Amino acid sequence: MPVYLDNAATTPMRAEAVEAMLPFLRDRFGNPSGSHAVARSARKALDEARDVVAAALGGEPGEVVFTGGGTEADNLAVAGAHRLREGTVVCSAVEHHAVLHASAALGGQVAPVSADGVVDLVALADLLDRSGLVSVVSVMLVNNEVGTVQPLAEVADIVRRLAPAAVLHTDAVAAFPWLDVASLARPADLVAVSAHKFGGPKGVGALVVRRDVKVAPVLHGGGQERDRRSGTHNVAGIVAMAAAMQATVAERAAVATRVGPLRDRLADGLLAAVSGATETGRRETKVAGNCHVSFEGVESEALLMLLDGAGVYASAGSACASGAVEPSHVLAAMGVPRARSLGSLRLSLGRDTTDADIDVALATIPPAVGHLREGGR
Amino acid sequence: MKVLAAMSGGVDSSVAAALLLDDGHDVTGVTLRLWAGAAVDVGCCSEAEIDDARRVAHQLGIDHVAWTFTDEFDAQVVAPYVAAHAAGRTPNPCIECNRHLKFGRLLRRAAALGFDAVATGHHARIEPGDGSGGFVLRRGADVAKDQSYVLYVLGQDELARCLFPVGRLTKAEVRAHASSLGLVTAGKPDSQDVCFITTGGGREAFLAPRITLHPARVVGLDGGAIGQVDAVELVTVGQRRGLGTGGGARRYAISVDPSTSTVVAGTIADLHTDRVELTDLTWVSDAPSGPADVEAQSSAHGRPVAATFDGRSSVVFATPQRRVAPGQSVVLYRGDRVLGGGIAC
Repeated sequence: MPVYLDNAATTPMRAEAVEAMLPFLRDRFGNPSGSHAVARSARKALDEARDVVAAALGGEPGEVVFTGGGTEADNLAVAGAHRLREGTVVCSAVEHHAVLHASAALGGQVAPVSADGVVDLVALADLLDRSGLVSVVSVMLVNNEVGTVQPLAEVADIVRRLAPAAVLHTDAVAAFPWLDVASLARPADLVAVSAHKFGGPKGVGALVVRRDVKVAPVLHGGGQERDRRSGTHNVAGIVAMAAAMQATVAERAAVATRVGPLRDRLADGLLAAVSGATETGRRETKVAGNCHVSFEGVESEALLMLLDGAGVYASAGSACASGAVEPSHVLAAMGVPRARSLGSLRLSLGRDTTDADIDVALATIPPAVGHLREGGR
Repeated sequence: MKVLAAMSGGVDSSVAAALLLDDGHDVTGVTLRLWAGAAVDVGCCSEAEIDDARRVAHQLGIDHVAWTFTDEFDAQVVAPYVAAHAAGRTPNPCIECNRHLKFGRLLRRAAALGFDAVATGHHARIEPGDGSGGFVLRRGADVAKDQSYVLYVLGQDELARCLFPVGRLTKAEVRAHASSLGLVTAGKPDSQDVCFITTGGGREAFLAPRITLHPARVVGLDGGAIGQVDAVELVTVGQRRGLGTGGGARRYAISVDPSTSTVVAGTIADLHTDRVELTDLTWVSDAPSGPADVEAQSSAHGRPVAATFDGRSSVVFATPQRRVAPGQSVVLYRGDRVLGGGIAC
């Protein structure tokens, strides 16, 4: 049986989400912006989904902007907020490329992280202090590669104190499957999530834009989403996202409680079985599903291919669109030496991960590493 | 056999993978990301090329992966290329890429992953040696498309683990085969020479941001000034154009010396020489034990000329030839068989 340990890349869709979306692929196909019964049927579902999403993210329904995924939500947050404000964008060095590149495109600045992969608050304060006017600060809630939880409340305090005119955005894409985003992202003005990371479909996400915060649209058109995001709603996707959110929130704490020990067993097992293995980040600062390890003297690409052949699906944490492994900007920002970073493996557990999966992974990975080490580089 | 097919996204390597399947091999495709600048430049190993390779793999029903070798490519190919130009030499980066990447790191990784062989789309042939138990490397069947020149760095260890399935075909046959299979790469034009140099910008656009280009005096053999060039680092021995020597007799670059910012120019007769000294010699099989009659080829599409290898490091041409630019490889053949080669000093 194949073992799927790449839940940080994407998750299998939850049955609830599949069920929820099917009517909108069939009879309830209406455009919610229309003015007849078919349209109203879609509109009703959209409104209901908005209520669910707002509750799950700790916002008001009117604060939810549906997007075509996490990347679009991040871009709308960073570029859309920057557009209406004076000053520079600041983001952490370990942001997802959706934030990092959006910020870079606007000439933004990067705040460093500690060796543990947590944003360096002193350095952030220093940067905000030196930067003059700041338009947007973006710090993710959980890092997608190494799983570290960022101190968003402290970040918010610093931003309010040193850059009071700036809006605070948090990319909560990697956080939502594991943490109570509604409360943890409370200090942020903007909060982005993506459905396929928690059992929803790909290509749909949301951005919470707090009531008193304005963002300029990135997509112009028919003025949907109160002029913040034009384009006909992906009704089926949005409804499915809401269903997945509701189900995720209901079981989230229990899943984290169950998966955490599985992750610990996996990480401990790998560290014990493989010499020269190192774990990335301190476990107590990480979400339950993330196991990130590096194997000295082994190349991730080769290891992934062996694991793929053995039916263990994982990732190196950072890949380009073609699937080739990219040198990780996250590990580089943490000061991990290149040689170690090139041998990194991200095993991301999910709600479906079982004890048996961990047995298979522990029986497969150490011999694969040994095989590659014997085979030379 | 379990074969890893290096697929560049071009027609030759596409057909190579197809032929391996016909021969009953268990084939997996791989595309190397070599040049990180490929996203902005036009050239091989860009995302578009990876897409094409993957689509062919889908058409053939084989698995395909993309691997990032950009660090090594930078260190083993691009950095030496830049340094050689800075030193007034004319490097051949494709040969270093073959030596260190395609037939170095890729072969090692393939072996570690349990592949019996690596196949590429090169037009060259590997055949069993005559009774010696080893392998010989021969020119491709299509003389006009032969790529054995850039493969002289392969030794017995590499040849034992390499396959060049299209080496027995002409280019026309390769394209016909690709068309008959309906491969998406069937009609793609042949790749350019150096993947990281754009056709638009050329060497100058690539080197200018990486090294300081210095103007230089162009002098005659007698030391008298006869012209001026903007960038001594871009002058190649044998070059005629752009030496700024005005009208009169045609002048060719005879030597290039960035340390004194001097290019010596002379007539075609001055450019001719009867020998070239080689360094970094490698041999497909054993090195010749003494002087050997060979044919020497000093560029990828150059004409082989009769010569004698002295058994150590000198190649003496039967009739004088244009001087070989330092940094270029001279490949020694006997008939269509590659003996080995080295880099001109």
